[in-house]
Amino acid sequence: MSAIAVSTTINGDDTEFLCQAEETLLDVLRDRLGLTGSKEGCGTGDCGACSVIVDDRLVCSCLVLGAEAEGRRIETIEGMANGEDLHPLQSKFLEHAALQCGVCTPGFLIAARDLLEKNPNPTEEEIRFGLAGNLCRCTGYDKIVRAVQDAARVMKGS
Amino acid sequence: MQYERPSSLKDAIGLLAKAKGNAFVLAGGSDLLARMKSGHVEPDLVVDIKSVKGLGEIRKTASGFAIGAAVPCAAMGESTALKKAWPGVVEAANLIGCKQVQGRCTIAGNLCNASPAADSVPALVAAGAKAVIAGPGKKRTIAVEKVVTAPGRTSLGKGEIVVAITLDKRPSRSGDAYLRFIPRTEMDIAVVSAGVNLTLDQKGRVKSARVALGAVAPTVLLVKPAAKAIIGTKLDEAALEKLVQACSVACRPIDDKRGTVDFRKKVSGVLAKRAARIAYKRAGGK
Repeated sequence: MSAIAVSTTINGDDTEFLCQAEETLLDVLRDRLGLTGSKEGCGTGDCGACSVIVDDRLVCSCLVLGAEAEGRRIETIEGMANGEDLHPLQSKFLEHAALQCGVCTPGFLIAARDLLEKNPNPTEEEIRFGLAGNLCRCTGYDKIVRAVQDAARVMKGS
Repeated sequence: MQYERPSSLKDAIGLLAKAKGNAFVLAGGSDLLARMKSGHVEPDLVVDIKSVKGLGEIRKTASGFAIGAAVPCAAMGESTALKKAWPGVVEAANLIGCKQVQGRCTIAGNLCNASPAADSVPALVAAGAKAVIAGPGKKRTIAVEKVVTAPGRTSLGKGEIVVAITLDKRPSRSGDAYLRFIPRTEMDIAVVSAGVNLTLDQKGRVKSARVALGAVAPTVLLVKPAAKAIIGTKLDEAALEKLVQACSVACRPIDDKRGTVDFRKKVSGVLAKRAARIAYKRAGGK
């Protein structure tokens, strides 16, 4: 089967790639475009490690076909920091030690940013529900929740 | 596998109708891609319907709402008008998966995936929702409960697509609600679920009602005796007890790792009772 040519925008950059019909967006990001920040945990939409934004919607990139990216705007973890300047969520994750092995972190950061954009002042419960699609097997979530709460405070102030 | 993204409904139907081998509609993909990954399905053709004009919209029509087959459930939660008219349907749709899955999954897909435990389906059945089906033949509109025939099976013919789910306009003093039992607090599949939709008369008595149960039979059940038990009442204890009994009797559940037959029978009545109370309150009943 011949490859499909896809034109899309990733983190603001016009991007073109070729992919096979059955390849997921996650496979394309990692294996064809070298954007390895998005991780594959389960590959079935349960763990959130591959979270990206497609046209302003938070999705699991393992549940999106690469071909579906045609004409869309994709945002990945690689576009979160502004050059050397970390996003407040990234800074707060470091400050609160909200990660150990780090595999879930890109997904948590993308999902947490989406959460705070939609709800800048979330309760702890709203944060826990909002991030329920992201699994962490190291920290036990409390530090992640604290980091998001702290980042929300900082972001409201700025 | 061949991937196609037609921009017209006619082309989408044409592709599916003439497909040889395994052909699938791709809307949100949260079931299809997971099943592809696990090797449960190996599509020869995937027809992505998200570029088909009109399928990505929630339309307010003269008779109510038409929710396009490509509308992600997250968008339903963002529709103030839909939430106001059909809070039970929206809360059911917004219980599917997590935020990431919400950004993709659709109620038409939830229906056509034909799981007995689909969250949105009992709420839709209770709501009297209809599926608008387009295909090589004449467009047809059928009750949602007529779409699923068995676990994983639907009544759709070759080349047919559910293009929208429609919900009627609400008479005043109406309310609906959906509840499910899961062992966790979120991100799980219903062990038992119940949707209740009702309209009250001027005196606050239930004038009409529909009660649907999920995950307690091969397909979602519309339990008419349960509705009958509360019609004409103000949900007094005796009426609710009859509703509970009617639900438990209607269940034909299986024993599995998520729940036993006895548990499901008991909990179906409990959830239906609680959902009825919520729906009653939303309808303005006191």
